[in-house]
Amino acid sequence: MTQTHPFVEIRHAQKSYGKLEVLKDISLSVERGQIVAIIGPSGSGKSTLLRAINDLDPLTSGEVWLDGLQVNKSLPHRQYENHINEMRQQIGMVFQHFNLFPHLTVRENVTMAPKLLKKISDKEADALAEEQLDHVGMLERIDYYPSQLSGGQKQRVAIARALAMKPKLMLFDEATSALDPELVEEVNLVMKKLAEEHMTMIIVTHEMDFAASVCDRVIFMDKGLVVEEGPPELVFKNPTQERTQVFLRKHLEGAK
Amino acid sequence: MDVELILKVYPYFLKAAWITVELSVLTTVLGLICGALGAAARLSRFAIVRFLGAAYVSVFRGTPALIQLFLLYFGGPQIGIQLDAFCAGVIGLGLNIGAYMTETMRGAIISVDEGQGEAARTLGLSRAQSFRKVVLPQAMRLMIRPLGVNINAQIKGTALVSAISVVELTYTAQRYIGSTYKPFEMFFLAGILYLAIITITGKGVAYLDRRVRLQ
Ligand SMILES: Nc1ncnc2c1ncn2[C@@H]1O[C@H](COP(=O)(O)OP(=O)(O)OP(=O)(O)O)[C@@H](O)[C@H]1O
Ligand SMILES: [Mg+2]
Repeated sequence: MTQTHPFVEIRHAQKSYGKLEVLKDISLSVERGQIVAIIGPSGSGKSTLLRAINDLDPLTSGEVWLDGLQVNKSLPHRQYENHINEMRQQIGMVFQHFNLFPHLTVRENVTMAPKLLKKISDKEADALAEEQLDHVGMLERIDYYPSQLSGGQKQRVAIARALAMKPKLMLFDEATSALDPELVEEVNLVMKKLAEEHMTMIIVTHEMDFAASVCDRVIFMDKGLVVEEGPPELVFKNPTQERTQVFLRKHLEGAK
Repeated sequence: MDVELILKVYPYFLKAAWITVELSVLTTVLGLICGALGAAARLSRFAIVRFLGAAYVSVFRGTPALIQLFLLYFGGPQIGIQLDAFCAGVIGLGLNIGAYMTETMRGAIISVDEGQGEAARTLGLSRAQSFRKVVLPQAMRLMIRPLGVNINAQIKGTALVSAISVVELTYTAQRYIGSTYKPFEMFFLAGILYLAIITITGKGVAYLDRRVRLQ
């Protein structure tokens, strides 16, 4: 049974805020090692969908599965807390505004969760921090505070922080949207590196070039629905749906 | 101004000022405890607990502290609560300032960026861990200064217990006016001592604030 399961599967995800239906029956799956981009106009529900995957914004109905386990399983409160905390350890998330912990150094940002949750020693934690920060090119700043870093550096540390939990899946919600244009590339390079290492990733982005160059599949969302999905060559070059065409055209004009 | 008189009575005023300091410290400690419990209640997952927290705040902020003191000290015995004046003063004022501190602490906690708790939860931290390790340390930095404002008000507020005959600074000044007929000197002296207590406390709060900011 688990063998036939896709690695990540969203089944009939539906979400409403009061009367506003933000996600309308979305189903999709992602294979291990796949990199999927979610694009679409503002307000189309991209962040909501992404945040439903680790149950940060719980779905109104529908299921999320990761590697044979249901993430949003219905359990009594206590048990659910334990279950979701375990699931979240396997799902890394990177936010638009980094959300680094400002009262902790870069090292402590990276080691806090592994120390608390995996009970590793200080020495192991230091080795882990060094390894992860080296990976994103931030080793020199290991004893800095977040306030002493540029936006691009902050985001690279945030990625290292997520990776330190050794997640099976990484979620990115517009990881480069808050950055000055000249700092975007350094973060994109880190994400490309992860792609080469076959990390499974779901990436919400407004950067079509980046999506085209890194992703195996592009999902275009509009008004809470998946309107079109396919390999980037097809979705970007030959979109079949009118809404996709309109969005891409507008986006190209905006980028100019 | 009768300087000679001031020099003669000031040792008694210093003793009284010490009582004011004791009252201030004890009410502040009690207030901080009530404030922490109150803030926890106001932010609870359970509606009934949130309601109790909100009720505490609105009752104690919505009535004069003097009435609260009178109710406890004069009204207490009627319902079986017998307290000496000093204890009634500490408990009454402590509960009162606790209501203000509840709001100060809650305000600091909710003004920590929501993304902080989210980031912690995303890593797999429990609610309690994320609060303890991420939200609270940041809230602490935000709450020290406004708590200092509460404490400042509280020190001045201890003057109220003169109304239930606790021999603190204000009561002492009034008593000496009765025998010397020199209200200007007596209130002046009391005022100077309040100013000294408040200045020192203010410096302490500023020091703490700087410390947590540097961390
Ligand atoms: N907490 C909330 N309460 C009510 N409505 C919400 C809430 N969060 C999101 N929404 C609404 O849900 C819809 C989808 O929001 P979402 O943030 O998922 O869009 P998005 O595709 O990520 O947009 P953007 O590109 O601007 O980030 C929007 O209409 C938004 O106003
Ligand atoms: Mg969004």
